[in-house]
Amino acid sequence: MPEKQIVSMNCGKIDPDNIDTHIDQGGFKALQKSLEKMTPEDIINEIKTSELKGRGGAGFLCGTKWELARKAGENQKYLICNADESEVGTFKDRHLLAKDPFTLIEGIAITAYAIGAQTAFIYLRAEYHFLLDLLTNAIEQAKEKGFLKHLAVQIREGAGAYICGEESALMNSIEGRRGESRYKPPFPTEKGLFDKPTIINNVETLMNVPQIILNGGEWFKTIGTGNSRGTKVFSISGDVEKPGVYELEMGSPVKELVVTLAGAKNIKAVQVGGASGSIIPFDQLDTPLSFETLLGSGGVIVFNNERDITDMVHQSMIFLSEESCGKCTPCREGTEVMIEIFRRLEIGEGVPEDMENLEALSEAMMLSSLCGLGQAAPIPVLDSLKYFRSEYEDRIEKSQILRRLPRSIA
Amino acid sequence: MERASQDISLSDKKREDLLMLLKSAQAEYRHIPRAFIVDTAKALGLPENQVFGVASFYAFLSVEPLGKHVIRICQNLPCYLKNSRMIIDSVKKKIGIIPGETTPDGRFSLELVSCIGACDVAPAMLVNHDVHGNLTPQRISEILNTYD
Repeated sequence: MPEKQIVSMNCGKIDPDNIDTHIDQGGFKALQKSLEKMTPEDIINEIKTSELKGRGGAGFLCGTKWELARKAGENQKYLICNADESEVGTFKDRHLLAKDPFTLIEGIAITAYAIGAQTAFIYLRAEYHFLLDLLTNAIEQAKEKGFLKHLAVQIREGAGAYICGEESALMNSIEGRRGESRYKPPFPTEKGLFDKPTIINNVETLMNVPQIILNGGEWFKTIGTGNSRGTKVFSISGDVEKPGVYELEMGSPVKELVVTLAGAKNIKAVQVGGASGSIIPFDQLDTPLSFETLLGSGGVIVFNNERDITDMVHQSMIFLSEESCGKCTPCREGTEVMIEIFRRLEIGEGVPEDMENLEALSEAMMLSSLCGLGQAAPIPVLDSLKYFRSEYEDRIEKSQILRRLPRSIA
Repeated sequence: MERASQDISLSDKKREDLLMLLKSAQAEYRHIPRAFIVDTAKALGLPENQVFGVASFYAFLSVEPLGKHVIRICQNLPCYLKNSRMIIDSVKKKIGIIPGETTPDGRFSLELVSCIGACDVAPAMLVNHDVHGNLTPQRISEILNTYD
């Protein structure tokens, strides 16, 4: 499957500082169609038909979610655009925001109308402060053109916390609290921001909306695979010739992204979905990229033959432990203990039980962590134990040899 | 006790303004002064520990004074694979401090941070809000010299 641009179709073609260049490309026609010819229910039905799923990682059906918020019996509702892209190796939202803020604003305006929200927040990560002026300017221009009469769009900046990309932590952050995850239920569609029904969607998700409205849900369904409609915008980095952002049809093989587009050579493994993403070995590069198989947030990191996969997983675990909000024990302590084990394996103090302990701990964390961070943290650990077990065995064997040496030599 | 400056108005502020207020304080004083925490808690009708709890949660807020320019080097995988450790070493050597410290003249603070979303130009760092990518040890001096 070749590259296909739906979300990023205007990137590079318009001037992100000038809304007229966007309108010249057909921008805001979907909003006009929505407001003039469609009811909120029509829009939700179109999105339901399209089977659009959230692009932030969780992959929940947007139409279903929007309908829940629409039907929630409250006058005040909120829409939040999650621009807190913090997943390791993920920078596609940065690219989209920088190149085409207008399509996002159009998507926000349509979505807010559909769910009945009068206020929308864009939660922008602190690391992307350099995009603030561009985004503010884009909102102002859309306002001047009269596109936002039904809606107040406000930008809220984060202050540096990976966990705030998790929707309940994000809402806490907007409310002026520590960015800690909340217990669910209640779900945001029922009691979200300020206890009001709230829809939180990722930048890329919302940028799909205008084209679905213009071309119809049935059109969108013809692209991609059975459970993954449309395209996905990927960020690729690591051991590749051409790191960057690529939009591909859902279901495209990993190889196409990693080898054909990004020019990776001597691949040992590929991690899809950031620090807590799945790791696949080089002989599985034909695996399609989709919700059914591998996807996450679309952050793809390539490791060449010179890399130790245990070292890569160790690095990811340091990140996850640092960014754990600390509210629940399995995540806070589990990531710490995993680092201890990886550290021992690294310095030659591994023991035969280490692999078993990692597996048992993984299971406990996946079952009992409060949010996606702790639930997903063990994924690369288990994948590396499955595909690169000999690396662990080698380290444990080396540790045992070291222990048998007289102290003066060791 | 030092008084919070009048530069940041605390009147008519609500809980939801807290993060923004703390960010303003960070920008103004290069940290969140204790007096500001006390005054803000009073103005918002919150216990001080809740304000401190927020101030100490986020990576871009600090309860200890930071330097005029904050260098944040990404320490995650995409940068790690592109030798970010060499960059960290050359920054340490150039300004003579280790991560978590501030130079005695107050010019720079150095921090190791989580992914800054510049993996396509790894290894990368932020100096204040400026992204610097495709770093090499040779370029470090040149870049840091532009911040005085």
